Amino acid sequence: MAFGSVRRKEDARLIRGQGRFVDDMDLPGMLHGAVLRSPYAHAEILSIDVSAALQHPKVHAVLTAAELGDMAWMPTLSADTQAVLAGDRVLFQGQEVAFVVADDRYSARDALELIEVEYEPLPVVMDARSALAPGATPVRDEGNHVFDWEAGDRAATDAAFARAEVVVEQDMVFPRSHPAPMETCGAIAAYDRVEGKLTLWCTTQAPHAHRTMYALITGLPEHRIRVVSPDVGGGFGNKVPVYPGYVCAMAASMQLGLPVKWVEDRSENLMSTGFARDYAMRGRIAAARDGRILALDVDVLADHGAFNATAQPTRYPAGFFSVFTGSYDVEAAHCRVTGAFTNKAPGGVAYACSFRIAEAVYLVERLVDCLARELGVDPVALRRQNLIRPEQFPYASKTGWVYDSGEYEAALDEALRLADYSALRAEQAFKRSRGELMGIGISFFTEAVGAGPRKHMDMLGLAMNDGAAIRMSPTGTAQVAISVQTQGQGHETTFAQIVAHELGLSVDDVDVIHGDTDNTPYGLGTYGSRSTPVSGAATAIAARKVRDRARLVAAAMLEVAPEDLVWREGRWSVAGDPSVGASIPEIAAAARGTIDLPAGVETGLDAEAVYDPPNLTFPFGAYVCVVDIDPGTAVVKVRRFIAVDDCGVRINPMIVEGQIHGGLTDGIGMALMETIAFDEDGNCLAGSLMDYLIPTAVEVPDWETGMTVTPSPHHPIGAKGIGESATVGSPPAIVNAICDALEVAHIDMPCTPSRVWEAMP
Amino acid sequence: MAGSVRVTMTVNGAQQSAEVEPRLLLVHFLRETLGLTGTHVGCDTSNCGACTVHLNGEAIKSCTLLAAQADGAEIKTIEGMGQEGALHPLQEAFWEHHGLQCGYCTPGMIMASADLLERNPKPDEQEVREALAGNLCRCTGYHNIVKAVLAASEAS
Repeated sequence: MAFGSVRRKEDARLIRGQGRFVDDMDLPGMLHGAVLRSPYAHAEILSIDVSAALQHPKVHAVLTAAELGDMAWMPTLSADTQAVLAGDRVLFQGQEVAFVVADDRYSARDALELIEVEYEPLPVVMDARSALAPGATPVRDEGNHVFDWEAGDRAATDAAFARAEVVVEQDMVFPRSHPAPMETCGAIAAYDRVEGKLTLWCTTQAPHAHRTMYALITGLPEHRIRVVSPDVGGGFGNKVPVYPGYVCAMAASMQLGLPVKWVEDRSENLMSTGFARDYAMRGRIAAARDGRILALDVDVLADHGAFNATAQPTRYPAGFFSVFTGSYDVEAAHCRVTGAFTNKAPGGVAYACSFRIAEAVYLVERLVDCLARELGVDPVALRRQNLIRPEQFPYASKTGWVYDSGEYEAALDEALRLADYSALRAEQAFKRSRGELMGIGISFFTEAVGAGPRKHMDMLGLAMNDGAAIRMSPTGTAQVAISVQTQGQGHETTFAQIVAHELGLSVDDVDVIHGDTDNTPYGLGTYGSRSTPVSGAATAIAARKVRDRARLVAAAMLEVAPEDLVWREGRWSVAGDPSVGASIPEIAAAARGTIDLPAGVETGLDAEAVYDPPNLTFPFGAYVCVVDIDPGTAVVKVRRFIAVDDCGVRINPMIVEGQIHGGLTDGIGMALMETIAFDEDGNCLAGSLMDYLIPTAVEVPDWETGMTVTPSPHHPIGAKGIGESATVGSPPAIVNAICDALEVAHIDMPCTPSRVWEAMP
Repeated sequence: MAGSVRVTMTVNGAQQSAEVEPRLLLVHFLRETLGLTGTHVGCDTSNCGACTVHLNGEAIKSCTLLAAQADGAEIKTIEGMGQEGALHPLQEAFWEHHGLQCGYCTPGMIMASADLLERNPKPDEQEVREALAGNLCRCTGYHNIVKAVLAASEAS
């Protein structure tokens, strides 16, 4: 049993400053690239003059769209094309216009100042509603409409609303935010002209998918591209897409035959890389007077920016938003999402959203609170009345999902117990009588993670399956190469634990290899909390293949029939005589040795697996948030936050808790502080950490966590994903608490002091 | 950029000297000139603290100081924490209490924490949080970092 809170293998280097992040690397002859960006949100480019920049003594090249030719445009993960460098027109402020390559990063930035670009500003389109209004300025030649997408049963939903005794409608915006990993995006491209091989060290969460993209973009054969994702300083979905800076570095290295490094600044990261959210939602909830929820309906306007570069499965243009019926057993539901182009940076799916589930959970958890307010009932009681019951799993939702498992009421009860909910309500009543503003917010959410089954889910036509390959050494230690890519989630430890657990090895005797496309199996990478559900499953299955092979070898070693052997305490031993047996290290030595192997059994114990998940996993959680609002300053303080999460089997509870702490902090950021705002001319107002505020140690409370364990029945080790649960589940709990304190129906995020002040009774 | 200046400083106990541009930031001097890449860059506005090192015994953000301004100074970076083969108590505590995930803020976080414990060996939780308000972390939610710093304080 190797599961448990073992401390992390990767920490040994990271606490000593010996991690290896992209910008830490230096290669012989390496040059440095920098991007010239548009100062306008929308403008024609009349001319670009790079002659002065080229005369700079330390400059080696200046790329523009004209120079890039076929590489001036690249495919996106949403089957759109995105400009690598703008040719005739810029479509958002911060868009890439030119790329300078120089001896060092200081000279490269000097040379940016020497490029003359003549712009003719055009009218800007800054939100989805005005983008789709008649007569709107076209952001793209093909118009501003990206897609319409529907799920659920409109007729049944309309019928339920028509006969409902209570209908509550609420407009709400999940504002544009940004994942803002501490390490920005960057890459080093090194093209070897002799071998015809391109190596790209890159901050990517999906090294293999990137390799395929780079083959499409550069025209190089895929087996001559090597992508290496080294240590990554946080991803949070920001490092899934391909960015123009990567492509420029590749193009420059191919042109110059030298390595080229590009690392963006924070301002570039915030202004030009994948944003999150930006959903304007009109939600409706229908109920009987007794509190039974009948139906949910929602219309969404999705702002996708200037290019549709949203990272999600091909057939899901609004991601998994259709899980918006949440944890409740409703009769009917319908959603419609319309996407629009605007003069903003592309993105949308990022920041631990699990493909738009952050938006879906926010919608339903706010609507249920609005309904509770309308009915005058406790929001906990209303939820309890409508939760899907344990015996209903696997539960087929009205929008087409099959939830794997859940014991919702048990998790809710645990959260209420930890919070001492009734005492909190009593405290609140007392404080209200004194005019103090205290709020209690509940969120009960269901996630859907582990994309996904190849029948339904692909990116760029690539099935969302993932792999693991185990190599057993003759001395009985193991290396497991995985197709997913950690960005701090602890894969080097937890994936070793899975192998150790399955093979009866010590965790120290298993090392994890990841991020290098030359020596790891193909897969789609880490995002959407899919590592444990998909590659984690592949790892367990590969280990079981090792174990099955080991049984045959052990049978030969012990001169018994394989059927006479049982797996017990990490050894194959003779049934009825545990003293006769062999451990995996002993068998590994024999398998590489000279004993006669049975026919059909190959030398060694190596094994591989690619896992096509039969379904997603559906972790869930019950959150309680307590806020105090200063009546004089309108500052919201999250005083307590109780989070009970159920992600099935916990491989490493310590790591799971850390994931939850981080996600809860995201929730505080989104609910109270963070937004990428623009002015009417399209200027980004959140282009630095002076304006884009993320929580410090002072804004967050001591997190209070609890757990229940409802394994996923279809997962090899019963584990569900967890990484994004807290980011998804916490914003509605916080906003519900604020609305509860203010006794208002709704307030849009971020609930800054000025907004809360406006909303005060 | 015309001109250069010679800077000499003691970094992690060893004297270092180089000709640098006057505009070179200390963080780039440490990372690129000396190859001490444990110190990180997380922003361009002096907010994040990933570049925190000690200058003459006090925590400073090395992105907001020129290398030339550190001429003659004594600098300590994450690579200088702990003795050969023995971790500094803060490194040990961050590991033991899972005070890091991606590890990008960790070097700056440890340097800022060391400065706190130097000034205030027995801080309470609120004092730890306030002392680390200049260091942003996106992974841990700070909870385990606070625990680690308090544990290191207990241990010493």
